[in-house]
Amino acid sequence: MTIDTSIVEEGEELARPSQAPATGAVPAAPRRSSRGPRKFLFLRNSKAIAGMVILAFFFLIAIIGPWIAPYDPSARSDDILQPPSWEHWFGTTHLGQDVFSQILVGTRGVIVVGFVAGIVATTIGVIVGVIAGYVGGLGDETLSVLANVFLVIPQLPLIILIAGQLPTVGGVTVALVIAITGWAWGARVLRAQTLSLRRRDFVEAARANGERTWRIITAEILPNLTAIIAAGFVGTVAFAVLSLITLSFIGIGNTGEWNWGTVLYQAQSQLALQRGAWWWFVPAGLCIALLGMSLTLINFGIDEFVNPRLRSTGLNAKSLRQRGIRPRIGFTPVVYEAKEDRA
Amino acid sequence: MRFFLRRFMFYVITFWAAVTINFIIPRLLPGDPVSALIAKNQGRISPDATEALRALFGLDENVSIWQQYLDYWNLILHGELGISFTYFPTPVTEVIQQALPWTIGLVGIATIISFTIGTLIGTGIGWRRGTWADSLLPISTFFSSVPYFWLALIAISLFSVTLGWFPASGSYDRSLVPTWSWEFIGSVIYYGFLPAMTIVISSIAGWILGMRNMMVTVSSEDYVTVAQAKGLSERAVMFGYAARNAVLPQVSSFALSLGFIVGGTLVMEIVFSYQGIGYFLFTAVAAKDYPLMQGIFLVITLAVLFANIVADFVYGVLDPRTRQEG
Repeated sequence: MTIDTSIVEEGEELARPSQAPATGAVPAAPRRSSRGPRKFLFLRNSKAIAGMVILAFFFLIAIIGPWIAPYDPSARSDDILQPPSWEHWFGTTHLGQDVFSQILVGTRGVIVVGFVAGIVATTIGVIVGVIAGYVGGLGDETLSVLANVFLVIPQLPLIILIAGQLPTVGGVTVALVIAITGWAWGARVLRAQTLSLRRRDFVEAARANGERTWRIITAEILPNLTAIIAAGFVGTVAFAVLSLITLSFIGIGNTGEWNWGTVLYQAQSQLALQRGAWWWFVPAGLCIALLGMSLTLINFGIDEFVNPRLRSTGLNAKSLRQRGIRPRIGFTPVVYEAKEDRA
Repeated sequence: MRFFLRRFMFYVITFWAAVTINFIIPRLLPGDPVSALIAKNQGRISPDATEALRALFGLDENVSIWQQYLDYWNLILHGELGISFTYFPTPVTEVIQQALPWTIGLVGIATIISFTIGTLIGTGIGWRRGTWADSLLPISTFFSSVPYFWLALIAISLFSVTLGWFPASGSYDRSLVPTWSWEFIGSVIYYGFLPAMTIVISSIAGWILGMRNMMVTVSSEDYVTVAQAKGLSERAVMFGYAARNAVLPQVSSFALSLGFIVGGTLVMEIVFSYQGIGYFLFTAVAAKDYPLMQGIFLVITLAVLFANIVADFVYGVLDPRTRQEG
């Protein structure tokens, strides 16, 4: 029931500002007075917490992984293709390398590339999206066509094309290539939201007061885009991680650097499947899935934070019944309303 | 009509951008791998072909960049993409011609199946939210965060290696001669079943989630309540009123996410050694076959653009508002 109450409280507190993006009716002025714990409301969402915990775990591994790895990931030994045991938790490869150590050491590469690409792509997306949405006119047309072109062109083949022609491909290079090709989605969403914010009263008021354009953008518009920017960032990180792993799996990139994709690349090229060495490729895939899931959960948290309609639907049938909400066609219970009904 | 004209202009621009990216990349990046390859194959490449390659990769230093660009367009519009180094001396266009039908067959059919089933399931789950159906969501979250190719690895190890139900690689029985006989078609379906299933399973989650969220939003609209109040049957309200409107964003997101899906499924071909575009892209990358890489990128982009045009057309038919918009 702890989950329940937190969501209801959140619903009450957030009902006004968070409805705005969904209905477009209520201007969501940033509430300056409410600093402090309120800012972290989103962290009370159980999905977001679960996601953050998993993500923090991977961050920790990324930092300490190389030190706690029991073996050198590239070191060969006589234990060839051993299934998991106490000595080798995830078994060994065809050269007797320890898969567990490879995964631990490889975490850093994945996290670094994911976040560098996420930060760069989000920055490009915010600049393009907000400028396009705020400026309007010809500048908007040009920038949105640019973003749409990058959306339509298949990203992975483009990344392969660029990365495949580079003489040397390090982690940061891959991150930059991914960022250059993957910023468009964020820009598109941000443009749409900026467009709807541009004509709200508080922005008009700031303009009437003679505020300079960059101040209106940074102080009035950007704070209201925080949730969308965050969601875009998380999504881009997930996309970057998948792209990096796919690239490494195809064999593009520095094979001297360990990441989960290189583990899978070796497993595939050394016929792990045909040899029945499931321990070689299952752990890496599960790690990717876990990291991806943590990012998706965080994004669900952000979505529910922004759109109260989705919040109630995130509850399962049992807790809905317990709280007297009957899910029916033609009405979506917004949780704070449901509570009032009951009271 | 203006809607379609606008969209058409957009696709012309996108095609121009794709060709231009293809033109710029080898000229921007450091190193000169192509001339090294030409030197290695000295004497084996005909002078004509060498010239085409030089124009495609900008090796002529004494020609202005503008002239290079015009030459490049000239070659592209004549369907000249250079020679593949791996399948020497086959032209890139021929290699692609062989591979393309396989990819369109596999990826195209699988994507359409996945979109249709995913949208239907999403409709059901969105309609009946708050029941057991919601427990499908975490499962679909899991599948949407796993890379496609990893699921393919698991599928092979499970169904081919362990159970031996399906072949692990290839696209048809090698002992058969490709003809339009039932035996051959049967073999193609048998070999394509596992890759297609994997594509469907890994890409379906996105459609389910998208459709469900739209259903949740749409089913609280007034016109749904009115339809309900009129006493229409559940089915009629669900499909005729709610799903009909909820599917619109789904179609437009189909167009936009197609590039992403195609990228993921190409890797699938690599895992299954399925002789489509993705597999050739993989061999081209491994062998540093730049003309083939560039040609494949162009063809994939063209295919995605074409699918986008179709999706746009469908959207225009489904949603009359787009046609009115000035």
